[in-house]
Amino acid sequence: MILKKLLALSLLLSWLFATSFSNGPTGYVVGDTAQDFNLKNVDGKMVSLAAMGNTKGYIVVFTCNHCPYAQAYEARVIELHKKFAPLGYPVVAINSNDKDRAPDDSYELMVERAKENGYPFPYLYDDTQSVAKAFGALRTPHVFVLDQQKVVRYIGAIDDNAEDPAGAKVKYVENAVNALNTGQEIAVKETRAIGCGIKWKQ
Amino acid sequence: MVVLVLFSAGFLHAQEIQLIKASDLKRWIDTKSDTVYVLNFWATWCSPCVEELPAFEKLTKKFASKKVKVILVSNDFKKALDTKLKPFVREKKLQSQVVLMTEPNTDEWIRLVNPNWSGTIPATLIVAHKKNKSYFFETPLSYTKLKRLVNKAL
Repeated sequence: MILKKLLALSLLLSWLFATSFSNGPTGYVVGDTAQDFNLKNVDGKMVSLAAMGNTKGYIVVFTCNHCPYAQAYEARVIELHKKFAPLGYPVVAINSNDKDRAPDDSYELMVERAKENGYPFPYLYDDTQSVAKAFGALRTPHVFVLDQQKVVRYIGAIDDNAEDPAGAKVKYVENAVNALNTGQEIAVKETRAIGCGIKWKQ
Repeated sequence: MVVLVLFSAGFLHAQEIQLIKASDLKRWIDTKSDTVYVLNFWATWCSPCVEELPAFEKLTKKFASKKVKVILVSNDFKKALDTKLKPFVREKKLQSQVVLMTEPNTDEWIRLVNPNWSGTIPATLIVAHKKNKSYFFETPLSYTKLKRLVNKAL
């Protein structure tokens, strides 16, 4: 009996050890399964991926209020949600910035910005920064496209032109979600982009 | 008249900001010269970048007689050139060369700088062709560290 308990304990410990490594500073790579989270939305309610109901996937966007790159992409993020939420792929926006280092990114100002710009998607406050760390989000905007099983299928930029939406030649996220939705192979699974580094707590 | 003279003197000292593409970056990265290139990727809106700029300015001044070229590659938007970047360069009296990255396909040029760079700024690439070495950092750098690296690269 004691032996069984010890065995269970050691299994638990090795599992904790393994997960703490796989969720280390490097975060997710394409093919990893994302852990669900439970964060406060701008409407005051807690939101998790599981609670989003009948979806085929998720467009998780690490973003914020203050960053010029995030602002440049704001309208495009809203468009992504309008286009893909009806197909089962809603946008889930997350702000992980430390409000002491980026005062514009406080929860109160998130509420304000979401209201002003009519965000049709949840805008969540990652107060402890644990979700950004688990994902390996580094900057804003930084997108992770997940499938129904929460497997990460795309990581990177929204498209290839931050400043000029009309000048974008490749719409990475749109292409990834379209491919996912039609059961095709995603052509570009990972891209790099300039953005504002996430303001980590010091 | 005095105002005009003062104004034009100030104007003469303000540097021209060159707009660059990935091909310009490639020229510096693939240099065959003995000059050590210190490429710092920054933006006026990036506070940790602005905080480390004095270290690069000091490098420019202290290594003025050496074959060291500091280039501050701004990632501001093109539309911010006149409204943000130029006033910033003027106010801070930046002596290092400032260029504005206008290559739209960021994925391409970021990989050119370093395949492991996520795109977070500040980031710095030191190219030392003579020593056949390059150093890349995706973090802010201090003058002490920069000086040590550049001395190693020379």
